[in-house]
Amino acid sequence: MRDLIRRNLPFAAVAVVALVAAPLLLEPFRLGLLAKYLCYAIVALGIGLAWGKGGMLTLGQGVFFGLGGYAMAMYLKLTEAGPGGLPDFMVWSGVEELPALWAPFASPVLALGMAVLGPMALAVVLGTLVFRQRVRGAYFAILTQALAAALVILLVGQQGLTGGTNGMTNFFELFGRDLAEDSTQRGLYLVTAGVLGVLYLATRQLVNSRFGRLLVAVRDGEDRVRFLGYDPALVKTVTFAISAGMAGLAGALFVPVVGIISPALLGVVPSLELVVAVAVGGRHALAGAVLGAVVMGYAKTAFSEQFADGWLYLQGALFILVMTLAPKGIAGLLGRVRRARTA
Amino acid sequence: MLELRDVRVEFDGYRALDGVDLTVPEGELRFLIGPNGAGKTTLIDVITGLTRPVAGSVRFAGHDLVGRKEHRIVRLGVGRTFQTSVVFEELTVLENLDLAAGFRSPLWTLARRRRGVSEAVAEALARTGLEELAERSAGVLSHGQRQWLEIGMLLAQRPRLLLLDEPVAGMSGDERERTGRLLTEIAADHTVIVVEHDMEFLRRHASTVTVLHEGKVLVEGSVEQVSADPRVQEVYLGRRPSDAAVGERT
Repeated sequence: MRDLIRRNLPFAAVAVVALVAAPLLLEPFRLGLLAKYLCYAIVALGIGLAWGKGGMLTLGQGVFFGLGGYAMAMYLKLTEAGPGGLPDFMVWSGVEELPALWAPFASPVLALGMAVLGPMALAVVLGTLVFRQRVRGAYFAILTQALAAALVILLVGQQGLTGGTNGMTNFFELFGRDLAEDSTQRGLYLVTAGVLGVLYLATRQLVNSRFGRLLVAVRDGEDRVRFLGYDPALVKTVTFAISAGMAGLAGALFVPVVGIISPALLGVVPSLELVVAVAVGGRHALAGAVLGAVVMGYAKTAFSEQFADGWLYLQGALFILVMTLAPKGIAGLLGRVRRARTA
Repeated sequence: MLELRDVRVEFDGYRALDGVDLTVPEGELRFLIGPNGAGKTTLIDVITGLTRPVAGSVRFAGHDLVGRKEHRIVRLGVGRTFQTSVVFEELTVLENLDLAAGFRSPLWTLARRRRGVSEAVAEALARTGLEELAERSAGVLSHGQRQWLEIGMLLAQRPRLLLLDEPVAGMSGDERERTGRLLTEIAADHTVIVVEHDMEFLRRHASTVTVLHEGKVLVEGSVEQVSADPRVQEVYLGRRPSDAAVGERT
């Protein structure tokens, strides 16, 4: 019992800070930014699971994030347009009738379900095709990146269906509440933090389970695992789908928090930024992935406010620095400090 | 139990196996020897589904193995080790064994944490003598201990046929001795095929030996029969026995 408390102490401390202190101390604008970082942290958690534990370097997590985001945005646009109405951008593009693809998204349950299950289904299809053929390593990474690039082209090309390059914005209310209100934004922040916390605990449980051991074994010796009688493709597909579902949910939270979804937010660059964030935080520990996303998100805002163009260089330099000096990231450094103190 | 008929394997036109017939009855401890490139490992690869033969049949306990996926063959009860041992270094010895033992459980049942030690795992620990190292991470094991862990992982799966690819390569004398005893013990209640180079090890522990040469079975018989056979001496020494004296002088 005491062991259980000690093990969960850091998590409990972070949870108190996130759920109690942050909403009290931060002004609404800053709290909104933190909520955005936490959305990214949910995606990062999935990357930490797939890449850190499963060895699948996924450079296209933005695809799943985007699918979740667009599902949510479609729901918001449809509630605003009201029954029989058309979203604003469709009117501007000269669309006269609501496309059939949009119809199911009028229901919040279906929209949220699609935000999570859509990405998972895509990941299952992709995983089944790719992992069965034993595509892995750099080839898998390039494939996922190509998928991100392809989705952007698709979204931009379908102006009338997706809002094109501009994506969708101008959301005013969520479940009958005014999105501009501070209380709504605070509520959204708390929901995002809560979702992240629950997903973190669930993922940690999964990693510590026998499935987690199997996943690490697949990462370190896929062929050996095959000769133990397991199907590595299945293990990888399941894991990839879980990480995709997390990214989808994060996208669905992101849209009301930030107020926009567009191809620029889910293409190759944002997907890579998240992987860099996970590497900086430490991909071998789930907490490292979450920490990396928050730290890098904060750093991006802080530096962009000072020198607009400098961030990209700094981000690249930071990545190289971490990879050469501390390959296990911030989490690895913290772990070393803690071990040194107990020793 | 295991029956190979006229198995042929080609790699880019090179005949790795050129019509191999091999029958191993239930409960036998069979040694497979031959010079480098004779096709020993390829033969194991064919049985376990890693390499697909261009012709011939592989039957095990009434099942045709050719064309089956590797993990399905394992589930029929065929386990193997590799020349270079692969244990999962980030997991403990116990977790490695537990992972091996759990291969028949459906994936969703693995979502729980491990509780205690299952009977199969405890037995494998005892047989390989790794009990004291159970909680250590497999990354710290010595070369010999890794091989025993690999054999233990096989045992935890309770296979019917074990295929061991050079289990004593790189081992010290003591480790060889211990591995030999372990093999004899395992052979008492399993069917085992061992690929081995070491003639001394063979003399001490082997009963029936099959000699492969250039993708074909050259001779089959007891250790004495095989080592006395002039053809075996020729392929092993690379010259006729009568040339041996000349060869030694140069």
